This record gives sequence, structure tokens and C-alpha cells, in this order.
Amino acid sequence: MTHADAKLRVSGLNAAYGQALILTDVALEVGAGEVTALLGRNGAGKSTTFRAILGLIANRSGKVIFNGEDVSALATYDIARRGLGYVPEDRRIFSDLTVEENLLVGRQAPRAGAPTWTLERLFKIFPNLRELRGRPGGRMSGGEQQMLTIARTLMGNPSLVLLDEPSEGLAPKIVEQMIEAIRDMKREGLSLLVSEQNLHFARLVADRAYVIEKGRIRFAGTMAEFDARPDVRDAYLAL
Amino acid sequence: MAPLFSRSWPLALRVSVQHARVFPLNFYFDQFVTGLASACSLFLVASGLSIIFGVTRIVNFAHGAFYMLGAYIGFTLTEQFSGAFGFWGAILLAAIVVAAIGTLIEIILLRRIYDAPELFQLLATFGVTLIVEDLALLIWGPNELLGPRAPGLKGAIDLFGLPFPTYDLLLIALGPLVLGLLWLLFRRTTWGVLVRAATQDREMVAALGVNQKWLFTSVFALGVFLAALGGALELPRQSANHTMDLQVITEVLVVVVIGGLGNVLGTFLAAIIVSELNAFGILVFPKISIVLVFLVMALVLIVRPWGLLGRAEAAARAAGGAAILRWRPLAARGRLAVVLALAVLALAPLAVGDYYLTVATEVLIFVLFAASLHFLIGAGGLVSFGHAAYFGLGSYGAALALKQFGLGMEAALIAGPLLGLAGAILFGWFCVRLSGVYFAMLTLAFAQIAWSVAYQWSDVTGGDNGLLGIWPSAWAAAPAHFYWLTLALVAAGIAALRMILFSPFGYSLRALRDSELRAEAIGLERRRIQWISFAIAGGFAALAGALYAFLKGSVFPDNLGIPLSIDGLVMVLLGGVDTVSGGIVGAALYRSLSIWIISHTDYSKLALGLLIVVLVVLFPKGVVGAFESWRARRAPRTGGESS
Repeated sequence: MTHADAKLRVSGLNAAYGQALILTDVALEVGAGEVTALLGRNGAGKSTTFRAILGLIANRSGKVIFNGEDVSALATYDIARRGLGYVPEDRRIFSDLTVEENLLVGRQAPRAGAPTWTLERLFKIFPNLRELRGRPGGRMSGGEQQMLTIARTLMGNPSLVLLDEPSEGLAPKIVEQMIEAIRDMKREGLSLLVSEQNLHFARLVADRAYVIEKGRIRFAGTMAEFDARPDVRDAYLAL
Repeated sequence: MAPLFSRSWPLALRVSVQHARVFPLNFYFDQFVTGLASACSLFLVASGLSIIFGVTRIVNFAHGAFYMLGAYIGFTLTEQFSGAFGFWGAILLAAIVVAAIGTLIEIILLRRIYDAPELFQLLATFGVTLIVEDLALLIWGPNELLGPRAPGLKGAIDLFGLPFPTYDLLLIALGPLVLGLLWLLFRRTTWGVLVRAATQDREMVAALGVNQKWLFTSVFALGVFLAALGGALELPRQSANHTMDLQVITEVLVVVVIGGLGNVLGTFLAAIIVSELNAFGILVFPKISIVLVFLVMALVLIVRPWGLLGRAEAAARAAGGAAILRWRPLAARGRLAVVLALAVLALAPLAVGDYYLTVATEVLIFVLFAASLHFLIGAGGLVSFGHAAYFGLGSYGAALALKQFGLGMEAALIAGPLLGLAGAILFGWFCVRLSGVYFAMLTLAFAQIAWSVAYQWSDVTGGDNGLLGIWPSAWAAAPAHFYWLTLALVAAGIAALRMILFSPFGYSLRALRDSELRAEAIGLERRRIQWISFAIAGGFAALAGALYAFLKGSVFPDNLGIPLSIDGLVMVLLGGVDTVSGGIVGAALYRSLSIWIISHTDYSKLALGLLIVVLVVLFPKGVVGAFESWRARRAPRTGGESS
């Protein structure tokens, strides 16, 4: 399934921590305006895939094409500057900084081909943040932090966002808000790559899915194709 | 290396001793206000160090050198310009010039080694310090330079009947002003927000698209600017000299540790505390004035391990630790090689003359010293900045046994290590309560306490004059005989250290280094194990120190000084922290090189500094580490190994 207009195209991606190989020949694509899910169990290599794409792992090889440009050799900040946003699994809020200051760190100039976000627009999607704008990031609930970390990434006006396990550890009500937020972002024209363990969540937001296990891609297809393959689910995702 | 604190502190001490013990109340007040004025420069320098550390995680040892450069360049510039405008312009310009130099060093040197272990950056900046010291000597000469008085502020005002310099009043006002400006800079500008974010999580800041290269560079430039400004502002108060760098850096490290690393307000408070302790310590306890500051620091660290306003470090990178190399005892071939090497060394006296035997003896002694420090750093992950304390205690223990108690060399060689062991047990108890940079700072503080006791307690230690006439017994007096004795003891010491390293105790120690949490979870008692290893390392360092006393025939406070502690670190890092034999190879290389350099040039610091900087850039894993990864590359299937 090769899209000529793929937003992100990863091929032959290998990554290792020390001498332990984590990713082997990972290949995946995210189409423009599409929400793609990366499914896998704990430790399957989802977060490592994201970190390798962003150049946060020193020991890696392979090709990362973003917007038709090879960014494999670029520094992390340079990749982010090209409009590739990243929301880490552990949120990594700057706990000493206020909500507003956290957002300020993420701010980048508007760019063509990507939605432009302002504080006001973000506060519309995440109304909680408006009330908390002067509060230190460290003194927020997990759900609020998750919203903040997404908003912070959006401040960079990305055209594609890597969203690492957005539903992890959140209360059901917050998960619903998260689903809405992802749909909002998609409506704005953003492309998303969302890693998930929660199949229900993935079904509600994703157009296509990849399944990763032990650092290798085991399945690629639309969500409908994935649902037609219970063997894939049982082999690589069931606990 | 030159004695460190011989100029300024003891001078103040002598002055204080001349005074009567009871002073009028207004004198105390005057002393208090003088302390406040001194706090200004100290705060400027310390806040610069603190800011740099916060973002770049570099303990910038060269900060003292930048402070000194600020004073020297300020001196030159104030000579050029006159009038109030000229004076203040010159002070400011000096700070800017030094900041530019610092920026250049950051771009050329530090950028290459940000990813190296923290200690490498310390080493590199220590190398820079050495270079700057000799350059200052070359450019401005060896004499102290008396700076100009500030125009319009030359006089003194009457403060409860005592004259008080108006310039000091200005400094007292300047401290809070700078504090306020820094606060505004960090709270009210985008740059400040980015810096604070980077202080917390550099990787995330990069993932958000911030080019940290320039953030680091600008932070470094600001920090250096503050240091240089602090130095230039001291010109009207004290003369510029080429020992002021190490003097200020010790005080600054203390300030930063008391206040909390990375916390500017804490730095401000701590600068006042330290300055007041200096001001009053001399009056109240003239004999232990230096000790007082360090005692307070030790106390603060025990009560609040991260300083007054600091917070716990989020899992700081260990100095060694990330060892991918597999450590293993020597295999049969390795043992054979060691036996052969020992045989060759033992036969050396047949081939070389007395001079080279003496040099070889010295190198051997430092091999043991470095091996003991390597045991602590490499296996324990405990980076000591003050390992010379135990070396020096060994020297003094041996010398005192000989001089005060009339024992022979044999007994002295036991007494020295015992004193070092006792010191390590006492100091270690405190030190193992901390970890990371704070552990390093506390070891430095204790080394300074030991140094100042040796320096000030002249009735027993001879003070600056040291203890002379520490010669070996007749049977060991010939260079060849003393060489053999040293070789035997050093070989035995290193063999013992290696046996401990590959014993269950050594495994526990390395387990704690690699993951404190996991090791404690399986029942290893961190403090006790690290305390014992601290004592072991101290004991063997003291054995080296005792031998050194007999080699040189004398003992001086230098034997406990910071330069020697740093030498130890250089040797270990040069050899390679992550390797088993790094300390041995590093010591042999570095000591031979430095002896050779010192005998061949008047500017040995310049040469050594350049050498350190080049080696750090070329061999970020140390010499042995570089060799072993080269070997691993040639035989990829075996993986990395170290023996």
C-alpha cells in the first residue's frame, strides 16, 4: 500500500539501545490527513519507533521521508521544525513551568500546509487549560497533563503528529475527550500516527493500522482489514 | 602544582590572629557589612555556574578561570580608559570580552563533548583552567596587579565610628539588583522560559523544535559574563593574581551546593551565608576559619541533600555506569602478561639509572592512587572530587608516625594507611548519604577540610612548611631498593583491589552503580556497601600517599590539595572509567607525561591543559576504552570486553 502522497514514509528502520536491537526493518506510511494506528503490546517497540523517527535514538539506521524530504540524518529539533510534532507517552510536562509557559516552549511560526494554532484556538479544544493557564505543570491531574502535552505540540503548528499512547492511564471520561480531540485535529487537516494498546480506542479514531511485535511490523492494512483478521489480533495483541 | 590558597586566606588569617580576641560591637557590624559586599561577587560567579549547570549539566570548572580573566582584562581596560564612564565601561567591556572567549570555548570544545560522561566535561574545563592560568602568567606576569579604585567611590563613609568603603556599599546594592534582573530574564522572556524548560528536559525541548545548540551557547555566554563581571568588580577591592581562579571556584562550588544547584535565589542566599561565615569565622575561630564554611556545607547537605532551595536531581547520569563492556577477570594469557610485565619492571633497576628509577617509583605510586580512585568511580559509580584527602592523610600519617612518635618506616607505612582509612571511614559516612554531583561536591569539601587542617595546624603538621626529613629505613634507602618496595606494595594493592572487584562484594557494588533501585530491591544495602568501598579506596590511596612521603622525604599540604584530586580524575578518565584497567594505564601515561612536560617547559600548565583538552576530545572513552572498542570492532561477535 504505497501512497504517492504519503505524509510520512518510514522504511528499513532499525534501532538499538546499547547492543540490544529493538526495531528491525520497520516500514510504515502515514497518508496526508489520515489517522494511522500503530498497535502493539507493551514493549513491542511502539515508543521506540516514534523516538527513532524523531532521531531521539542515537543508534539507528533506515530512512525517514517526511513531506517528501529525507529527514533521517537531521537533528531532532530540525525534524520538529519541519512540522513533525511529537507527544510522548510519559507526557513530559515541564513541571516547573506554568501551563502558559509550557505552551510557549512549543510555539513555532505558522507554516503552509498545516493548521495554525493560537492559545485561543487551543483553549477552545481544551477548555480546562484556559482556567489553569497560570498553574505549574507539575500540579495538574494526569488527564490535564495529557491535554497540555498535546496542546504544547500543536503550538508548533505541525502537519503531522506522533501521538504515543494517548489513552494510557486516563479515566474513561477523559479518554472520550481524547477521542474528540483527535477527531478535531483530523478535521483540521492534520495527519496523525497514534500508538495504542487499546483496540477500542484505535477503532474509534484510526483509518489504517499497523501491528508491531518484537520490533517488527506484522500487519498493515485498513481498520476494516484488521478487523477481518482475528488471527493477527490474537497472535500479536491479545494479552 | 602551585599551592592553592596560600595567598589570600592565610593572609586574612594572619591579620585576624594579630587582633585581640574581643572586638567592639561596631567592629562586628563592620565585618558583617563587609561580608555582604563580598557576597556580591561570589553570587555573580556562583549564579553563572549554577545557570550553566542547570541547562548544560556541565560543572564548569573553568568558571574560576573566567572570573580571573575578568579581573585581568578589567585591569588592562581600566588602565586604558579614565573617568567614571571609562571605569564602568571597562568593567562591562571586560565581562563582554571574557563572555566572547567563553562562547568560543563552548563552540570549539564543549559542543564536541556534551554527550560524553559528565566527568569529561569537568576534565575539559579543568584543562581550560590550566591553560588560562599559564596564559595569564604569560600576558600579565607573575606579580599581583593592584587595580584602580572606582571613580567617585574612592572614599569611605562612617559606619558606627568605623570607615566603610563606599564601593562596598555599591556592591551590596548590586547583588540584589542582579538577582532581580536574572529573575526578570528567566520569568519574563521567551529565552528564559526556554532555558527553564531545557533545565528540566532537554530532549523534550528538542522534540518541540528548539535548537539547543544556541540555547546552550547563550546560557554559557551569560554564565561566563556573570563570572567575569564578578571578577572585574573585585578589582577595586583586591588585586588580580593568578591563583584567584581556584580560590574562587572552591568557594563557588560550596555556595552552589549550599544554595541548591540551578537555583539562583538559593545561590544568592548561600553566597551571603558563605561570605558571612568567612568574615566571622576568622574572628571567632581563627584556627579553623576555613573549616567553618565546609562544616556548614556538610551540615546543610546532611539536612537538605540538594541544598537550601534545590530539588532532587531526576536520575542524574552516573559517571561510569553505562558500561556496555563486560568486565571479567584476567584469563590465563592476561595473567601471563601481568607476570611478564612485573618481571620486566622488577628487572628495571639493572637497566636504568637512579633518576629514572625515582621517576618510575613515582609513577608506580600514582598508579596505585589512580587504581584506588578508579575502584570508587568505575566500579562504584562514586565520583570523588577529593580523593587526594586520603592520599594526603596517608602521607601525613606516615610522616607523623616517624616524626612525632619516632616509629620506623615499616610502622609508618602501616600508620599512614590507617590514618587514611580512618579519614575515609569518617568522611565516607557523610558522603554516601548523597549521590551524583552532590556526592562529588561533598568529597571536595572534606578534602578541603583535611587540607585546611594540615595548613593551619602548624604545630603538628608544620603548616605551609610541611614536614621534612621523612626518609626510608637504611635497607630501603637506595633508589633501587625503594623502587622494589614500592613495586611490591603497589602490585599487592592492585591485586587486592582486583580481587575485591571480582568478589561478591564487587558485584554488589557494581549492581548499585548500574541500578540503585533494583540493587536495593534485591536486598543490597546501598549505604553500607558504598561506605565500605569508600573506605577501601581511601585506604589504598593512603598507602600510595605514605609511599610518596618516603619517596619525596617530605610532606606538604599539596598532598591533599584539589590539583592532586583532579590529577587523579584525569588519570582515571584518561585510562577509561568503563574499563577494568583504565586507572592503571591512565596513571602511567599521565604521570609520565606530566613529569616529562614539567621538566621540559616553564609553561607546564599550558602544555598539560592542552594535552587534557586534546585527549578528552580524541578519546571520550579513555585510552583503554578506545583500545577495547577498537578490538571489539575487529572481532564484532565477542562484544565489548574489558579486563
